[in-house]
Amino acid sequence: MSISRRDFLKIAGLSGLGIGFSATDLLWKRGRADAVEYMPSPKGLTAKRWAMVVDLRKFRTEEDYKRVIDACHRIHNVPDFGNPKDEVKWIWTETFEHAFPYQRNEYLPEGIQEKKALLFCNHCDNPPCVRVCPTKATFKRRDGIVAQDYHRCIGCRFCMAACPFGSRSFNWRDPRPFIKEMNPEFPTRTKGVVEKCNFCVERLAKGLKPACVVASNGGMIFGDLADPDSEVREILKTHYTLRRKAELGTRPSVFYIIGGEEDA
Amino acid sequence: MLEKALIGSRRYWGWIFFLLAVIGVGFIFYLRQFSYGLGLTGMSRDVSWGLYIGQFTFLVGVAASAVMLVIPYYLHDFKKFGKIVILGEFLAVSAVTMCMLFIFVDMGQPIRIMNVVLHPTPNSIMFWDALVLNGYLFLNIVIGWTTLSADRKGVAPPSWVKPLIYLSIPWAVSIHTVTAFLYAGLPGRPFWLSAIMAARFLASAFAAGPAFLIILALIVRKLTKFDPGKEPIQALGKIVTYAMIANVFFLLLEVFTAFYSRIPGHMSSFEYLYAGLDGHGKLVPLMWVSVVLAAVSLVLLINPGTRRKESLLVVACAAVFVSLWIDKGFGLIVGGFVPNPFERVTEYWPTMPETMITIAVWAVGLLVLTVLYKVAISVREAQLESGTDSSH
Repeated sequence: MSISRRDFLKIAGLSGLGIGFSATDLLWKRGRADAVEYMPSPKGLTAKRWAMVVDLRKFRTEEDYKRVIDACHRIHNVPDFGNPKDEVKWIWTETFEHAFPYQRNEYLPEGIQEKKALLFCNHCDNPPCVRVCPTKATFKRRDGIVAQDYHRCIGCRFCMAACPFGSRSFNWRDPRPFIKEMNPEFPTRTKGVVEKCNFCVERLAKGLKPACVVASNGGMIFGDLADPDSEVREILKTHYTLRRKAELGTRPSVFYIIGGEEDA
Repeated sequence: MLEKALIGSRRYWGWIFFLLAVIGVGFIFYLRQFSYGLGLTGMSRDVSWGLYIGQFTFLVGVAASAVMLVIPYYLHDFKKFGKIVILGEFLAVSAVTMCMLFIFVDMGQPIRIMNVVLHPTPNSIMFWDALVLNGYLFLNIVIGWTTLSADRKGVAPPSWVKPLIYLSIPWAVSIHTVTAFLYAGLPGRPFWLSAIMAARFLASAFAAGPAFLIILALIVRKLTKFDPGKEPIQALGKIVTYAMIANVFFLLLEVFTAFYSRIPGHMSSFEYLYAGLDGHGKLVPLMWVSVVLAAVSLVLLINPGTRRKESLLVVACAAVFVSLWIDKGFGLIVGGFVPNPFERVTEYWPTMPETMITIAVWAVGLLVLTVLYKVAISVREAQLESGTDSSH
């Protein structure tokens, strides 16, 4: 089949136009989060601002903490290097006096100073890590979750310097050989990128609560801070809670009940 | 003009090949870091920046200090700097090159470096730092090269370069201010959260940079036929003196605020650096070396009798340079991370591969400096021979 010069020019012109259009389309879409292009599952849990209450009164034995930590680290393929230098962690424990260093008070009721708190990303409303990231690899979602794009992160670790809560870990080396049991449902990470707790976005999308909440036997309560009738708001209304380093103005979304009478 | 760097004595080539060998060794270590990851360094979850970022911070200051020659020469018509202002500009080129390399070797995913350009993020200070550093590199290459070419031909530099020279002055201030903002705007690091950080950075820069330049000028005089002259060196000596006094003053302001307010978070990094904290004190000896060197340098610099003696001035300059290298290239960065956000102490010390990579980056900087200085000095030597010394 032969085409005339005129037809050829017509086709070439149209193709050129097409390429031009897709290029402008590409430019147009730049800077918009790709996430909006997915169709969310109707089963998914949604909120205006996700938040967590950690009721430390419900954590009595080492096993109570371990169950929660293991649940998270197992499903998220968090490696265990067995040394503090390479350490990667999403959720861990720290004694009250170190978890809340500005609340130090040697006259607290017995046992409080040494009481262990569960620590993880605060998903701040005003996150310094997001402010400093030079590539938007870490960003705040519309539901308040501070997420991390492992494929965009350049590993500059500015976010680790910026986070006042030590919530972020860096992959100092290839983590894959140190994952005990690989969960194929969740991505593993590569060396040279930062990671942290993601409030189980992958589970929320499927209509499931975060893994730690499920494993905590009521010690961790998850819900919408923007909804006055939510469970977390009910608890915050009736209990005295603390946030870590609230004076820094990052507005953490994680609240702690330290002591007092336990609810029935 | 670059061909002048290809003609040199045996000693010149010996030095070039020595630097290339050092770079080669460092490169092998870098390949190892590239494949293993940054775990090869002494950094950890708690001290997540170390020697690399410290060197970067220190060298931004060295780069900015070129302005200490540009301002007197171009704004105040201080003619005695005419022949050596090029040494300052080329030092800036070398220092910014090192800065960029130190950022690069510190990246966890260096092959993704273009993400900074693909996803520009103006709310990140890192974005601005990349912008001003690249701009400053460009300005100094263009200005240095153009003025030197004009000089070689014995003509006045083209008029379009003047606005660039004036632009380079606030630009130099901006590179170090923006670098200070990397640290001074972080809520959870009280050691860095200080409004005087940028001013302190500039003061230490204007001390360390010119001090290094004096040492370089004396080396140039010794090894080549080009003599930068006694008076420019003395003028630089005065700049180092004032800047070093300002730097120590600013540091003491920080100490006052921390220890008179007695806010634990503001005191603890100082305690760690200068006295040790919770039984950890790896950096204490180093920090006191910095203090002693600063004191020695101030005695030598403030006293006009010792400052005017070049043999003592060079000692003072070396003391300033090493003192500030420790203070800013090491203590300032590590100190910001200790204690960690849980008020616990994790110590940091660079590993051997990390040190070798650091030395190699310095060798790259010295190589760039050597080549550029060779060109500049060849032009000056040719002027001396033909008697067309055109100090404008």
